Amino acid sequence: MKKTYKIEVDCANCALKMEEATKKVEGVADATVSFMTQKMKVEFKEGADENAVMQAVLKACKKVESDCEIFL
Amino acid sequence: MTKKQKKVLYRIIVAAILLVAVNLIPVSGYWKAILFLIPYLVIGYDILRKAVLGIIHGEVFDENFLMAVATVGAMILGEYSEGVAVMLFYQIGELFQAVAVGKSRRNITALMDIRPDYANVEDADGDLEQVDPDDVEIGSIIVVRPGEKVPIDGVVAEGSSTLNTSALTGESVPREVGCGDDIISGCININGLLKIRTTKEFEESTVSKILELVENSSMKKSCCENFITKFARYYTPAVCYSALALAILPPVINLLLGNPANWSTWVIRALTFLVISCPCALVISIPLSFFGGIGGASACGILVKGSNYLEALAQTKYVVFDKTGTLTKGVFQVVRIEASEEFKETCKVEKEKVTTEDATEEAVAEPANSELLLEKTMQQLLRYAAHAESFSNHPISKSLREAYGKDIDNTRVTDIEEISGHGVKAKVDGVLVAAGNAKLMQKLGLNYAEDTGIGTVVHVAVDGVYAGYILIADVEKETAAQAVAALKVAGVKKTVMLTGDSKQVAEHVAESLGVDEVHSELLPADKVERVEQLLAQKSKKEMLAFVGDGINDAPVLSRADIGIAMGALGSDAAIEAADIVLMDDNPEKIALAMRISRKCLRIVYQNIVFALGVKGLCLILGALGIANMWVAIFADVGVMVLAVLNAIRCLKVDK
Repeated sequence: MKKTYKIEVDCANCALKMEEATKKVEGVADATVSFMTQKMKVEFKEGADENAVMQAVLKACKKVESDCEIFL
Repeated sequence: MTKKQKKVLYRIIVAAILLVAVNLIPVSGYWKAILFLIPYLVIGYDILRKAVLGIIHGEVFDENFLMAVATVGAMILGEYSEGVAVMLFYQIGELFQAVAVGKSRRNITALMDIRPDYANVEDADGDLEQVDPDDVEIGSIIVVRPGEKVPIDGVVAEGSSTLNTSALTGESVPREVGCGDDIISGCININGLLKIRTTKEFEESTVSKILELVENSSMKKSCCENFITKFARYYTPAVCYSALALAILPPVINLLLGNPANWSTWVIRALTFLVISCPCALVISIPLSFFGGIGGASACGILVKGSNYLEALAQTKYVVFDKTGTLTKGVFQVVRIEASEEFKETCKVEKEKVTTEDATEEAVAEPANSELLLEKTMQQLLRYAAHAESFSNHPISKSLREAYGKDIDNTRVTDIEEISGHGVKAKVDGVLVAAGNAKLMQKLGLNYAEDTGIGTVVHVAVDGVYAGYILIADVEKETAAQAVAALKVAGVKKTVMLTGDSKQVAEHVAESLGVDEVHSELLPADKVERVEQLLAQKSKKEMLAFVGDGINDAPVLSRADIGIAMGALGSDAAIEAADIVLMDDNPEKIALAMRISRKCLRIVYQNIVFALGVKGLCLILGALGIANMWVAIFADVGVMVLAVLNAIRCLKVDK
C-alpha cells in the first residue's frame, strides 16, 4: 500500500531528515521524500492504519524539522 | 518569491541596514553588545529557535545548530560584526537557494506543461461546458477547439485537424488526424475543431501517466544522492566533534606545556570551522542537478523514470537493439522494381502506338524519353501487381497498394484465383496477371530473374510472359545509421542487434547500419538469454541498455540494466516496462539521452569535487587560523550559490 502526500519543506537537508524520521515510524515499510517535487511517498506495512501512521509521521517530522508541513 | 521568502528578504535588508548603523555608533562594552543584538536577533531569531527545538528533540547536529553555536560564540567573544554577518550571509544563502530551486522547479514543470486544465463537454442542447478532466466519463464526447490541449485519450468522432505533439515528443513535425483516428492527450490542436469520444478516464490517459512518471522520477535516487545522504549523516557530527576538539585540545596542550592557553583564539578557529562545515551545497545541488537533467530530457521527449537510470545511462557501454520497429520501420515497403526486357518491349510498343496518335505532346517530352519510359513501365508493372493482389490483406499486398498510391478499381479485377503458398492469378483489364514467389513462376513454366537483394520478391507475369519483379523489404529508419554512429561517438563499446528475422536479412541490416554484432532467428526467450550472456560478460561498472519497441520485449527490457522503449506515445505497456521511454521512434534520441546524462553527471561530480575541495581547504586553513570568519562565510554560502548555479545548467540541453 503506497500513498503520496504533498509536503512543504524549505531545505534539502530537512527533506532528508524527514525521510529518515518517517522510515523509523511504526507501520511504515518505506518512505521517500522529494525536496524537488515537494512530495512524500509512504509505503505502509501490511494492515497498518494509514491515518494513525500518518499522524505519527507528521509528529516525527515536526520533531526533526519544526517548519515542515504534510498535507494529509 | 513566496510570502515566506519575501519576509526573509525584508529581514535581510533591515538587518543589513541596522548592522551598518550600529557600526557607526561609537559605544563600547555592554552597550555595544546590546546594540549588536538588535540586528542579530532580527536576522537570526528563527535559526536560534530551530536550534533550541532541535536540541530539545534530540536532533542536535544540523545546520541551524552549527550556525547558532558559531554566531553566539562569536558574539560572546566580542566579534560582534562577524557574528551578525555570518547569520546575515547564511540567510542570504538560504534565500537564494530557496528562490533558485523554486525557479528551476517551475522551469521544469513548464517544460512538461501538458496538464490540461479543463475539458469541454457538450450537453444535450449542444452548449459547451468546461469541466474538470477528472469528471469526464469514458465514452463522453468532448470538444477540443483550435489552440486547446487534448485533455483525455480518445477517438476522433467528428472533424479533422493537425496536432502539435511537441510537448510530448519534442518533435515539431505536426501530426494529421481525421475521423476515426486515435488521439492522445497532451497534444495541442492547431487548426480544426475536433469532437472526441473518450476511451479512457483522465487518470488513465497518456498525459496523467507521463506526469506521474516525471513527478515520481526524483523518488528513485541515484548512487550520488544516496552517497550524499550517508555522507551528511556522518559528516555533520564529525565536524562538530572536530570543532570541539579544536576549541579544547590545543589550549589544554598549551597549558600542559606551560604556555599561555589562548582560549579565545582557538574557540574562534573552532567556530570558523563550524561555519565552513555546513553540507548544504552538496545536499541541495545534487538532487537539483538530476532533477534538471530529467526535466531537460523530458522536454526532448525522453522520459527518464529515475535519477538512478540517468546515472546508469552515462555509464552505458553496451547497447542492444531489437531490429524490427527499432532500427527498421517495421513496415514493408517496395524498395525496387525490376522490369524484364520483354515487358519493357511491350510497354514500348504500347507507348509508340500512343505516340503516333498524339505526336505533338510526345515531342515535348522527348529529352527524358527513355527514363520516362522506364518509369512508366515500372508503374505499369506495379499497377498490375497491386490490382492482382487487391483482395489480399497480407502485409506484402498492402505495401504494393501503398507503393502504387492510386485508388484500386476493383471492378477491373476479375477471375481471382489464390494459389496458397505461391501467389495469386487474376485478370486485370482482361489481361491475365500472375503475381507471387519463385515457385509460382516455376509452376507457370516461366524463366524469372533471381534477385540478390534482401527482402521478399514478388514476381509478376503478364499475359503469360515474365514481366519482372518487385522487391519488398522492411526499410531502415532514416536516422538509424546516424544513431548507431552517434552512440559510438558517445563512448559505447559495442552495439548488438537481436532479431527474430532471417540471418541474411539481419546481417544485411547490421552491415548497412554499422552494428558490431548481430544475432538472428531468435525467439523472444532467446533474446533474454542473449542479453543475459552479454550481461555476464561485461564488468559491473559497465551498463547494458536494451532498446526495443516495448510491445513484445517487456521481459528483455526489464532484464537489461536500462530498458529503453521507443515510440511509446500511446503505448501504456511500453511506458510500464521501460526505465527510459522515448516518446517518438527516433533512435537518435538514445545518444541524445546519453549526452544529457553525461552532462548531468559531469555537473554532479564538479559540484561534489568543488564543494568538498573548497570546504576541505577552508577547514584546514580555518584550523590553522589562516582563514577567518569571512572566508568561512564564502566557503559556506558562496560555494552553495555556485553549486546551485552550476546545477541549473543541467536543464539546458544542447541538441
